[in-house]
Amino acid sequence: MRPTVTVYGSSIGQKIISAITGLFLCLFLVVHVSGNLLLFKGDEGKAFNEYVIANTNSLLIRSIEIVLFAGFLIHIFWGIRVWLFNRRARPLDYVENRPSENSSLPSRIMFITGMLVILFLVVHLRTFWIAMRFTGTGGLSDYELVQATFQSPLYDSFYIVCMAILAYHLRQGFQSAFQTLGLRPIWRRAIDWVAVIFWLIIPIGFAAMPVYFLIKGAS
Amino acid sequence: MHITLRIWRQTNPAGPGRLVTYELSDVTEDMSLLEVLDLLNLQLARNGEEPIAFDSDCREGICGSCGLQINGRPHGPLKGVASCQIHMRTFKENDTITIEPFRAKAFPVVKDLVIDRTAFDRIIQAGGFISVNTGGAPDANAIPIPKNTVDAAFEAAACISCGACVAACKNASAMLFVAAKVAHLGRLPQGEVERKERCLSMVAQMDAEKFGACSNTYACEAECPKEISVDNIAFLNRELLRAKVF
Repeated sequence: MRPTVTVYGSSIGQKIISAITGLFLCLFLVVHVSGNLLLFKGDEGKAFNEYVIANTNSLLIRSIEIVLFAGFLIHIFWGIRVWLFNRRARPLDYVENRPSENSSLPSRIMFITGMLVILFLVVHLRTFWIAMRFTGTGGLSDYELVQATFQSPLYDSFYIVCMAILAYHLRQGFQSAFQTLGLRPIWRRAIDWVAVIFWLIIPIGFAAMPVYFLIKGAS
Repeated sequence: MHITLRIWRQTNPAGPGRLVTYELSDVTEDMSLLEVLDLLNLQLARNGEEPIAFDSDCREGICGSCGLQINGRPHGPLKGVASCQIHMRTFKENDTITIEPFRAKAFPVVKDLVIDRTAFDRIIQAGGFISVNTGGAPDANAIPIPKNTVDAAFEAAACISCGACVAACKNASAMLFVAAKVAHLGRLPQGEVERKERCLSMVAQMDAEKFGACSNTYACEAECPKEISVDNIAFLNRELLRAKVF
């Protein structure tokens, strides 16, 4: 036997990179949704505005932000790379194929849901992060910017659909990451339960924000 | 029974191929699908046409020769059986059955439904063995091994190398096959010595053969005629990390 493989160079290694960065991004989602829960406090954004300003001025947060961006870029880059590699493995497809009888839909459309999440990310960063951090919010407080943005039913619909797509991506992605990292079967059930936080509770938490402001604006 | 067959015909590896439709009226429900192909071939030969090339050997579901994509699924609609164990009672009168070869870059079509699966042989040659001669069968209890370890190794050892995992996978990944071999040998004391080299060598060969990466859709487990678990894939991933990182 002549071992010639490196972790980085092997197909499994590529997936391990996707898994580690994916779980790191899941961790970010927990922090992000927790902070944003301040929007629901009912103090007309006092706590939320202070939270955003504190984050902006924190050297620690700014440093982690760079790591976060790197995490996104690596996850996206490796996702596309593995997808291209996989496409070459079956140049001629079946005339008749029934994948729905042997696998779940979220597991088969990870690339599509991933691409749509990138689209959401671009719009989302442009709307909030770039405005709050760089270009200015046009005299509005950070809370007022969120409130004003979520007055648009069109933007809200887009946002909620994107959260459903994120949920689909995490439905497969979270448990898949642990499988790729070699999780022992004894932990599988526990992971499936923890996964509910990521593919159900967190997307619902985010989707609740436009709904909240739409109802608040109407009343 | 009257059955319509749509079968992939391809004269040589360069292709192209196409689905050809055949009508058969004298089929009985006790026939296996391969016997229906035999019947069809007899008729084709009598008419001076080229018979359909397909692989089969034991016709008992244990040799792994007969890999066919039947109605869009590797080894057909039943769970836990190989193509040769699909009988016509599975289908209804006037059904149409579409039969294609397993498709993967690493499994090129030789002719009609026959594919070249020597990529699997090369993966086995890379590390799917134990280097020492272990002699005759030892006494069953000479080497104490925990029961759950034996069971897990035995389950993995049931792999018949048919290639259904590759055929089912959207990425034509051979992870379940490689995982089954690595888990079968690596879990037992005889294979323990070389487990690190085995894992690395077999994964390197798997990648060299241009099989895709695993997306954890678990289609392989669902279609495996021996119902080999994807827990073995987690084992393989763990082995690679153990061999290179820990």
